[in-house]
Amino acid sequence: MLAGREGRRRVILSVDLAARRLGLRPGTPVAKAQALHPDLLIMDADPDGDQAGLERLALWFQHRIAPIVAPDPPDGIVLDTTGADHLHGGEAVMLENMVTRLKESGITARAAIADTWGAAHALARYGRGRITLVPPGETSAAIADLPIEALRLPADIIGGLHGLGVSRIGPLAGTPRAPLALRFGPDVARRLDQAFGRQAEAIVPVRLQAPVQVSRNFAEPISAAETIARYITKLVPPLCAGLEEREQGVRRLDLLLHRVDSRTEAVRVATAMPVRDVRRLTRLLCDRIEIIDPGFGIERMVLTASLAEPILHRQGVSALIEEEEADVSDLIDTLANRVGMQALYRFAPVESDVPERAVCRVPALAPEDTREWPDHWPRPTRLLPRPEPIQTMAVLPDHPPVFFIWRGIRRRIRCADGPERVFGEWWKGDAELTTVRDYFRVEDTSGETFWVYRTGDGEHGETGSQGWFLHGLFE
Amino acid sequence: MPAPEPRPALEALRAQVSRLEGQGRRRRGVLPFGMPEIDGRLPDGGLALGALHEVAGGGNDALNAAASGLFSAGIAARTRGKVLWIATRQDLYAPALQQVGLSAQRTIYVAASSDVDVLACFEEALRHQGLGAVVAEVARLSMTASRRLQLAAETSGALGIAIRRWRWQTDAADFGQPTASVTRWRVSVLPSVSLPVPGVGRSRWLLELIRARAGECADFEVEACDAKGRLAPCRLTLPAALADRPAQEAAGHRRARA
Repeated sequence: MLAGREGRRRVILSVDLAARRLGLRPGTPVAKAQALHPDLLIMDADPDGDQAGLERLALWFQHRIAPIVAPDPPDGIVLDTTGADHLHGGEAVMLENMVTRLKESGITARAAIADTWGAAHALARYGRGRITLVPPGETSAAIADLPIEALRLPADIIGGLHGLGVSRIGPLAGTPRAPLALRFGPDVARRLDQAFGRQAEAIVPVRLQAPVQVSRNFAEPISAAETIARYITKLVPPLCAGLEEREQGVRRLDLLLHRVDSRTEAVRVATAMPVRDVRRLTRLLCDRIEIIDPGFGIERMVLTASLAEPILHRQGVSALIEEEEADVSDLIDTLANRVGMQALYRFAPVESDVPERAVCRVPALAPEDTREWPDHWPRPTRLLPRPEPIQTMAVLPDHPPVFFIWRGIRRRIRCADGPERVFGEWWKGDAELTTVRDYFRVEDTSGETFWVYRTGDGEHGETGSQGWFLHGLFE
Repeated sequence: MPAPEPRPALEALRAQVSRLEGQGRRRRGVLPFGMPEIDGRLPDGGLALGALHEVAGGGNDALNAAASGLFSAGIAARTRGKVLWIATRQDLYAPALQQVGLSAQRTIYVAASSDVDVLACFEEALRHQGLGAVVAEVARLSMTASRRLQLAAETSGALGIAIRRWRWQTDAADFGQPTASVTRWRVSVLPSVSLPVPGVGRSRWLLELIRARAGECADFEVEACDAKGRLAPCRLTLPAALADRPAQEAAGHRRARA
């Protein structure tokens, strides 16, 4: 249950299903509700947070469904789907999709389509079904039976109208206008007209902040790589100036080159951190010139910061305390644009005794953690991608092999360490409930050291096949 | 072997030659091994920073690059700053590098798809000012490519280590081709230190300094990197040395084949 202030009273603003079953309704004073149900869980309403959430949701709808979207506070979103529904398979399918998608993200939504904002607002909140579709021209019939709370009127007017004995929209629309306007002001007539479509109501769409963009047209088409590079160096500084005004840095930069034969070449570079450095961005773009096919020439270049993020300023480390760690993010970006971001990584420890599961890849610039691998046992420099079976002769149950044959070469073992027993991770699956690996570090007569293991403990068949594998190379 | 005694006239001549070659503009300093036997053999008493060094494994290690990888990791661990490790084959096991002092937070890996990519990334990284060491695993390294890498390293002062790692044993003869690297090392495994109890002792390597610019070739027997990446001189006890002799000969044969 959410509580908030309305005037000087603390009243219930919103209730969940359980509270509704107890008979609590929005508008009840909190003190009264608490007297009725002492163990009520009350949370403070957060109107600003709700508003921000609505705006985010509206942006998502704008991205997915229709271009004209606005939040309809306190709890709704209004879309003008004219000309957009056919893209989503018709109005019914579109509504169904929207409600389903919202439900998947944990939001219980109701939706309605009608000729006017007012009617859709009323039907979505007070209509019968989860989804309401009103065919064009039938709006007045559809909303005539709804309560007057659906009309987006202030609470005191609603109260006054109830005092007059009017509780439905249909009778309200039938009463003479002049006395109503005299008593309650122009709002009632305006909302009625808006709901019935006699008065237009504009939806002011939410607008994404337009991305920073600079462009340049050429009188003569250009095609030489040096010329393109020169104009890149001319485009980047104004872009960076634009970003600086917004205190942002670029994460993704798109360079569109419009060719004279109306084809468009595109170069996209991405950075791991927000960047606003002219030299760095120029460098990243110029690195990609070789993939541009200028054709008969380029007549227009557009540089867009398609993904920009605020730059977080951080206080530098004083040289007196410790030496500053050099920043390598520019190198990371340069390399990532050559080999791909996923090809640059660091290893991070995972708490697992199974060697191949003890490491995981994290992005190169991921925040550093101080965890380390346990240092009890030596680990091989090279771990084979998959363990390779070897033929061995070993005394059971827990002796290292006397010799083994790997890749056709027979090696006699001079000395060995082990076994280091690794148990299967039973919480990962039933197959690993009983499995065991016994690792040995063995050195052959020439001094080469290997990491071999036996699946199974050498005694019990259920612990593994008792076969031997080579898993890594020490040196 | 005793270190060559310093001769001032020769030193002055060397300085003049390097000035003529245009390399003495910035003294980059060196990274000493901390072993007087090795450092005495290297010009300026250590691995030159801002230079390219080549490391290869002897015998089977030319293919696996396990010992040479660990040797390089030990060197990289003793530098300051981030370390970039560029390779086409992603079989390096990070916990092992941590055990020679190269922590996972310091090391950034680059998975390159080809040797061409490796060299391009290597050069790019060597030009960057902020890295402690750049390690790359390459098979072929031509004179031109190594010259570019050497020049790139000179501009930034980063330590470049090229681990030569081949796919086939027959390709390993490529290590005889000249390159522009400042030093060239071969790491071969020797039987480990014998322990009085069953078990594997600390590994030992035969370090061959095959080429050193303005220096001489030398062989060293060392104990493998410790937890801080440092090598240690072999403490050979007589019985162990005798016991190891036949195996050493075998190692020599393998190198001869390589």
